[in-house]
Amino acid sequence: MSENPIREAISEAITDHEVILFMKGTPERPMCGFSARTVAALDALGSPYAAVDVLPDPRIRQELSSISNWPTIPQLFVRGELVGGCDIVSEMYESGELAQTLGVEPPDEAPDEAPVAAEPGAPPLMPENRLG
Amino acid sequence: MPGTDELKRRIEEALPGSRAEVQDLTGGGDHFKATVVAQEFAGMTRIEQHRRVYAVFGSEIGGPIHALSLETRAE
Repeated sequence: MSENPIREAISEAITDHEVILFMKGTPERPMCGFSARTVAALDALGSPYAAVDVLPDPRIRQELSSISNWPTIPQLFVRGELVGGCDIVSEMYESGELAQTLGVEPPDEAPDEAPVAAEPGAPPLMPENRLG
Repeated sequence: MPGTDELKRRIEEALPGSRAEVQDLTGGGDHFKATVVAQEFAGMTRIEQHRRVYAVFGSEIGGPIHALSLETRAE
């Protein structure tokens, strides 16, 4: 039996998924504007990703932040490395770096700004289930 | 409850020679955005730059400071 099963489950999830987003709510129903904005950037690139909702248990967030040395949610990991939170992901989306990091083509008509996030509780922008 | 002036002062004190601009995004005193320009950011990744600013506030991030959106550059 593990001393800290939540911490181990988080580490495993980060290792097992090439792209994984820890967020508040789900991609279909983000519960925070920052998470929604990050989901919108990922969805705009059409790259598949796994998503973990940190809200059901406060220990998920606590252990995640302890692993990543990053205090806020969302957190995007690509190939086991923390890429950043909403600010960095949005900046990278706008510069094209995010597409490069994810190994996808940038959208043909990339908007100048990152896609506008749905407000918490608002209908999802792209109701496709990408939970991994 | 921290205000924009306090956040600005604490960032500039913790990062010598830096300039910080802090906005209260909602007017509620808990969602802030800080733009920080600091010499010491040169050679650091964005992740490291943001960690450096978050470290100024420690556990206050996620507590009294519900959200601190960051834009950092070395210049």
